[in-house]
Amino acid sequence: MSVAPTNADFIVGRPPAVPDDRVPGRRRFQLNLRQSGIYIAFAAIVLLFTILTGGDMLAPQNISNIIVQNSYILILAIGMILVIISGHIDLSVGSIVAATGAVAAVLMVDHNVPWPLALLITLVIGGLIGAWQGYWVAYFGIPAFIVTLAGMLLFRAVTYTILGNRGLGPFPDEVRTLSNGFTASYLGNVGLGALGGADLFSLLVGVVAVAGIVTVQWRSRAGRVRYGQAVEPLPLFVTKIVIAGVVVMFVIIQLARFRNLPWVLVLLAGLVLGYTVLTNRAVFGRQIYAVGGNLQAATLSGVKVKSVVFWIFVNMGVLAALAGIIFAGRLNQANPTGGDQFELDAIAAAFIGGAAVQGGVGKVVGAITGGLIMGVINNGMSLIGAPSEQVMLVKGAVLLAAVAFDVWTKRRAGASR
Amino acid sequence: MSDSILRMRGISKTFPGVRALDDVNLEVLRGEIHAICGENGAGKSTLMKVLSGVYPHGDYDGEITFDGQECRFGGIRDSEHRGIVIIHQELALASNLSIAENIFLGNEQATRGLIDWNRTNAAASELMRRVGLRENPVTQVLDLGVGKQQLVEIAKALSKQVKLLILDEPTAALNDDDSAHLLDLLRGLRDEGITCVIISHKLNEVLDIADRVTILRDGKTITTLDAEGLTENRIISGMVGRDLDHRFPPREPKIGDEVFRVEDWSVHSPTQHGRLLVSGAGFTLHRGEIVGLAGLMGAGRTELAMSIFGRAYGTGISGRIFKDGQEIRLRSVREAIRHGIAYATEDRKKYGLNLIEDIKRNVSAAGLRKLARRGWVDDNEEYRVADTYRKSLNIKAPSVSSITGKLSGGNQQKVVLSKWIFTDPDVLILDEPTRGIDVGAKYEIYTIINRLADEGKAILLISSELPELLGLCDRIYTLSAGRITGEMPRAEATQEGLMTLMTAGQEARP
Repeated sequence: MSVAPTNADFIVGRPPAVPDDRVPGRRRFQLNLRQSGIYIAFAAIVLLFTILTGGDMLAPQNISNIIVQNSYILILAIGMILVIISGHIDLSVGSIVAATGAVAAVLMVDHNVPWPLALLITLVIGGLIGAWQGYWVAYFGIPAFIVTLAGMLLFRAVTYTILGNRGLGPFPDEVRTLSNGFTASYLGNVGLGALGGADLFSLLVGVVAVAGIVTVQWRSRAGRVRYGQAVEPLPLFVTKIVIAGVVVMFVIIQLARFRNLPWVLVLLAGLVLGYTVLTNRAVFGRQIYAVGGNLQAATLSGVKVKSVVFWIFVNMGVLAALAGIIFAGRLNQANPTGGDQFELDAIAAAFIGGAAVQGGVGKVVGAITGGLIMGVINNGMSLIGAPSEQVMLVKGAVLLAAVAFDVWTKRRAGASR
Repeated sequence: MSDSILRMRGISKTFPGVRALDDVNLEVLRGEIHAICGENGAGKSTLMKVLSGVYPHGDYDGEITFDGQECRFGGIRDSEHRGIVIIHQELALASNLSIAENIFLGNEQATRGLIDWNRTNAAASELMRRVGLRENPVTQVLDLGVGKQQLVEIAKALSKQVKLLILDEPTAALNDDDSAHLLDLLRGLRDEGITCVIISHKLNEVLDIADRVTILRDGKTITTLDAEGLTENRIISGMVGRDLDHRFPPREPKIGDEVFRVEDWSVHSPTQHGRLLVSGAGFTLHRGEIVGLAGLMGAGRTELAMSIFGRAYGTGISGRIFKDGQEIRLRSVREAIRHGIAYATEDRKKYGLNLIEDIKRNVSAAGLRKLARRGWVDDNEEYRVADTYRKSLNIKAPSVSSITGKLSGGNQQKVVLSKWIFTDPDVLILDEPTRGIDVGAKYEIYTIINRLADEGKAILLISSELPELLGLCDRIYTLSAGRITGEMPRAEATQEGLMTLMTAGQEARP
């Protein structure tokens, strides 16, 4: 979790130049808390359910389940956070998941299209759906709330038109493997003492991932130091890296002891990495924040704001199609009612993960964490046998509390000026 | 006349880490207009927030006596109940409601829970007559100009039986006509026995209207002076703590070849069909030259500048633009930037900055591609570039990772300038670059403008402050009702001469 890019300059500021701009120590701590609060909350929730379930929460099979069961929501959350950063919303993703799942099923089941081609066509159709909505939002100027509310109905109607009232399946094995399957035991098992046997390949992937995190973070820090920027103190930096490494290795070891790495985890890791770099470092990513932060200022700085918004919706459509394929593949059939209310989970994930309603703020890793918080609550409460109305109650309370905390810290920061 | 209506003694107010007010004393006499002057951050607004109960009793040290009684306000309602009303710089009107509804907002004229609209509108009309607002009371506020909205605020204050009216920068957004009307109105209210406290950066206005002036600096009362015989320079030296012999930095103009020419430029309104905002305007700029564009509010200055800047404003735009003698077409902001044109907006908060982002991301916003290779931004280089500007333009912030929304107006303006300087323009259009900025920071901005001209850039300076144009520019154009009505070299220009040209042909407006 602590691989999240941190704004080190708030933790260690240079001595202030003028009293007006002085950042008092307490506020520095609050800003820090506002950024890391979500990760602390996540750790607390995991800890709570681990205790309540007597350790079942972190059992190998359960960790694997949490990842596979929430994969499509997490994929949607990645697209949604970009939409929300740009100051818009997408209520139609649940319907797009259903519609694209139906398209994929018709292609593969009814028409025997080879699965790679079918996936490609489905993703393109997702992109076209996104382009349709992006056109109305960006170029026609209809609020995204309305366009995507209409889309929610339109694409559900499309789904029913394609499928009628039946579920359509089964999917080819390759698609089911992507949704539900695990990496094979390429290198055999190794013994881990008291923990029993574990898959060597999975463990090596984990070691490489941790080494990658350490290298990237270290090089980024070294770059900042070389440019004379303020960085967080070395002990804090090392602590964060160690925590990140331990968490990643723990999850990997548990997975290696069960059925190896879920393919969706590999896919998700790639998406999170790619979109994190996109939002932090790409010109396009920066423009998303600029558009959401101040539309007029972005326009007058030469940003093609309409094009940016359009492509964000195209991207959302493609990711929704990907989620649609994985969701349908997991159930092994496309269902006309599938994906119902997924949009609400994806939006909740983004806001729990620290996005601002006004736009301009948010992080991919935050949205993923927000989605995992919801997933862990779902999973943990079902493990302790809580009825579904209690699950809804807790999820609603967590969403409200997360945004209330964000508003509160913002107000505190504002009032102390 | 000489008894005091308000006495604030030993007022101190601390924010975490900042002492905003430090033992401030203020005495306001009954029936006077009392001006408070000070640089941004001197504590004027904080003092008024203490007075009006925004910061409740207990949040500050010191005591307030109003009308002979000690006051311990718990909130704005308490202070309004005693007859103290504050009108903020950003007007607090509900723009989709009518004038009458706004005047009685929170104070509805109701009988047994139902609003009596006849009484509301009649009472509103009476108040509007007192403030000289000739409009129908059912007109929506959004259809009024800023000047008239200001009058609605004052009418609202009058409806609350105001004894002490506080105005924070009331004329900042007004043109000269509206300002003059407002100042007349304040004199009238004074004659009716209403005491006024006015915060203003416009020192000529302060001298024009105030009976006494209190100067604050760094959260402390410096002095209270009688306005009789007071000069602007005396106030300025009190505000900045030093004598400002030269309000404008000296400069030796080195004017080169023509770099930019606009011919026969016309712009139509995007909202009102067929209305011509700029009509047949033309001007030229030379390398190293600072050219002023003078005009009253509504003359079309911003519309002219923004329409040139890649058609960022207006419809039905026609005319020709030449850069280095070659005709160019600027169909988008991006094309304008690519051709070396930059436009720094008059409203930096609304159009200039992403206030929730930090300094470095704002500095890089218009020139991001210069920091990117194949679409990927080098953020270390971004930091270095921003830090270079932080040092060279003296942006006062702990680091370039500070959020721009928390900077003072002058420092925000320096961030906007950094953003445009980073695009390396040949032509810089600066729209009201010193609006809402304190005297010390203005001088810094002037120095930056001079430096840019010395580097060979052509500057078009749009300003409402004629002394500023006369102090900085080599040549000044006047714009009136969308037409260029005159052009003067600095040596020939006077405030009176410019004003005559700026008001020329107003009645000819279609």
